[in-house]
Amino acid sequence: MNEILEKKQLNPTVKLMVINAPLMAKKAKPGQFVIVRVDEKGERIPLTIADYDREKGTITIIFQEVGMSTKKLGTLNVDDRLHDFVGPLGKPVEFSKDTKRVLAIGGGVGVAPLYPKVKMLNEMKVSVDSIIGGRSAEYVILEDEMGKVSENLYITTDDGTKGRKGFVTDVLKELIEKGNKYDEVIAIGPLIMMKMVCNITKEYNIPTMVSMNPIMVDGTGMCGGCRVTVGGETKFACVDGPAFDGLKVDFDEAMRRQNMYKDMEKKVLENYEHECKLGGILNG
Amino acid sequence: MPEQEPNQRNKNFKEVALGYEENMAVEEAERCIQCKNQPCVEGCPVHVKIPEFIKLIANKDFEGAYQKIKETNNLPAICGRVCPQESQCESVCTRGKKGEPVAIGRLERFAADWHMKSNEDKIEKPVINGRKVAVIGSGPAGLSCAGDLAKMGYDTTIFEAFHTPGGVLMYGIPEFRLPKEIVQKEIDSLKKLGVKIEMNMVIGKILTIDDLFDMGYEAVFIGTGAGLPKFMNITGENLNGVYSANEFLTRINLMKAYDFPNSPTPVKVGKKVAVVGGGNVAMDAARSAKRMGAEEVYIVYRRSEEEMPARLEEIHHAKEEGIIFKLLTNPVRIIGDESGNVKGIECVNMVLGDVDESGRRKPVEEKGSEHVIDVDTVIIAIGQSPNPLITSTTEGLEKQRWGGIIVNEETLETSRRGVFAGGDAVTGAATVILAMGAGKKAAASIHKFLSEK
Ligand SMILES: Cc1cc2nc3c(=O)[nH]c(=O)nc-3n(C[C@H](O)[C@H](O)[C@H](O)COP(=O)(O)OP(=O)(O)OC[C@H]3O[C@@H](n4cnc5c(N)ncnc54)[C@H](O)[C@@H]3O)c2cc1C
Ligand SMILES: Cc1cc2nc3c(=O)[nH]c(=O)nc-3n(C[C@H](O)[C@H](O)[C@H](O)COP(=O)(O)OP(=O)(O)OC[C@H]3O[C@@H](n4cnc5c(N)ncnc54)[C@H](O)[C@@H]3O)c2cc1C
Ligand code: SF4
Ligand code: FES
Repeated sequence: MNEILEKKQLNPTVKLMVINAPLMAKKAKPGQFVIVRVDEKGERIPLTIADYDREKGTITIIFQEVGMSTKKLGTLNVDDRLHDFVGPLGKPVEFSKDTKRVLAIGGGVGVAPLYPKVKMLNEMKVSVDSIIGGRSAEYVILEDEMGKVSENLYITTDDGTKGRKGFVTDVLKELIEKGNKYDEVIAIGPLIMMKMVCNITKEYNIPTMVSMNPIMVDGTGMCGGCRVTVGGETKFACVDGPAFDGLKVDFDEAMRRQNMYKDMEKKVLENYEHECKLGGILNG
Repeated sequence: MPEQEPNQRNKNFKEVALGYEENMAVEEAERCIQCKNQPCVEGCPVHVKIPEFIKLIANKDFEGAYQKIKETNNLPAICGRVCPQESQCESVCTRGKKGEPVAIGRLERFAADWHMKSNEDKIEKPVINGRKVAVIGSGPAGLSCAGDLAKMGYDTTIFEAFHTPGGVLMYGIPEFRLPKEIVQKEIDSLKKLGVKIEMNMVIGKILTIDDLFDMGYEAVFIGTGAGLPKFMNITGENLNGVYSANEFLTRINLMKAYDFPNSPTPVKVGKKVAVVGGGNVAMDAARSAKRMGAEEVYIVYRRSEEEMPARLEEIHHAKEEGIIFKLLTNPVRIIGDESGNVKGIECVNMVLGDVDESGRRKPVEEKGSEHVIDVDTVIIAIGQSPNPLITSTTEGLEKQRWGGIIVNEETLETSRRGVFAGGDAVTGAATVILAMGAGKKAAASIHKFLSEK
């Protein structure tokens, strides 16, 4: 169990891994996540279930290497085993039967958690338009997969190296202004992107689902570290979410909380990179 | 009992109390007058045969003493360290009527430590009867239930949500009160008995109780504890630098944040820390914060010291270590700076009024007594309740309004046939000994249930 069956580099900082986890694959639903530990001392890293295959008994994770723990995870290879693999955690997403048309918006690695939801909607015969974006061409992930499950796929890059130059919110505004009607918008990506999307959808009164990624420890409701404020109430993202009504989320608080350990994370990363270099010299 | 010096120990995580030497233990044991009516045994939630084991210590039969305790208590080395003896056995000890009660807890610890030091446990694997039982949670309730079931021959599997077994004994109670090596030994001996422990299994998510029955388990014990932290619902609770005690202690104990950056999980302690609450959890958080380098650590508690639910010894140790007690003080708001970090906690003074339903005098706010304590970290330790993960995914499992699982008090069977429960999951946050006792009782009931099935 927990062996890496497949590993793919999706872009310079994002990797995909297919993990052998038959029991979890049986239970996983779109919107849920796992917690990974790379080794005995490892941090508990929450990652969204990007895909699952009940027959093959596999779970797919897609992660961006942003710090020490995700970089370490990235060094594992096919046949290596994850030290710990817990899940499926969190609430599965639900859509009302009346949902006919949805606009899905993903930014950066946020397209990974977006994909299983769009795939599910597609299976429910809901029509989905998707906007996916990235810094530049190479940072746009899952273009083919998203294309297959979307009615229309729009791509934006900050520098215009692929699709339209600009932000996903530019396309969102345009689509709405052109008169497209959506029952719901799903937005997953950096907090600032989700906030910007919600600022627009609020204006037009379109229900908007976002997926929150606060700092977590256990992922089962026992620490409260993952608190987010939704409609003035404190929620634990790991058990009450991670999907929430974006029009009610306090994004400013969430952004502040996400930066709580910035200086310490930097230190761990520097330590790690220093060790890697030393290791490189010794081995080289 | 010998202890590390307060000013030395408040900088390390090594055990505070060093335990009796042999001669000291014998001397203390000789103080027991072997009462006929044995009030201490009545005072012990699991009726350890106290005068008998103490007599064995007095006779220098330390192994015999250990075995005597083991008859009713599966976890002597742990209970000897963490039981609130002053409100149990020692509170009713005849010697205590005039002078000090016999130090029953310390003697229990001595016998257990002596055993661990001197004897390699010769554990014989019992003959397995081929009937499968599932135990959910590996805290003291789950561990003792699984141990007893295994000894009776059941093919027992523990399912634990975390990556390390032990429950609160591992992630909550700090090393300086309960060395993790001791808990690990208990877990190792369970494994030697043939108990299987499956980590990273969040029951209610990966498997439901019904799935367990489908997989051939004939009975299930729920010992999932009371892990859900309570917050105060006051302004500023989501500022950076506010922790639940659970999160703070889990980061330090389980994720080893004291070894940062060698261990990559961080914790922010700051220079000045306020811990809200007056129980063992609050003491542990405060003393851990001090050891992590905080200069000033406050315990903020709304009643007086008399009402504090923490063990006497912990309150005493905390004071010795320089923890500052702000009693009859209640937080009303946490204050942040422009970037959202905690910079203070506003409190009001309280006065004790009439006796409330808990039998303690109810604290009432004193008008106009608002004041701010400057701190950069706030740790909330005002209680925990049972996690709804299992009750919300098991049809027909009845629970109290506050979340506790409802059981038949005699058998510990729940409203679902073949499903038993005990420990904090049933009682709400309580004690190690009660959880241990419940695990034992449930094992006996499960045996009876399966024998009659
Ligand atoms: C429910 C959920 C689903 C997620 N899904 C994905 C996903 O599918 N793909 C992906 O690339 N990332 C995902 N994340 C984010 C991912 O968990 C973090 O990027 C990762 O933990 C960073 O660890 P690090 O040590 O590499 O970086 P660090 O240097 O430690 O931190 C970098 C940043 O990551 C965040 N972070 C750090 N520790 C944690 C933690 N314990 N929990 C959550 N966030 C943390 C913080 O914002 C921090 O500033 C998800 C997070 C959550 C909560
Ligand atoms: C900081 C602290 C200090 C304390 N100090 C003392 C003390 O000095 N003396 C004393 O007597 N008592 C003390 N207590 C209380 C005592 O620790 C508890 O009463 C006791 O541990 C309860 O035991 P339990 O087995 O019921 O639950 P726990 O010890 O809480 O164990 C429950 C286990 O179940 C697991 N679990 C939960 N949900 C699931 C699930 N869905 N699937 C699988 N596994 C699950 C948890 O991860 C955990 O490992 C303290 C508690 C704390 C938090
Ligand atoms: S009550 Fe005290 S003195 Fe009497 S038997 Fe018990 S421990 Fe000994
Ligand atoms: S991560 Fe601990 S409660 Fe959500």
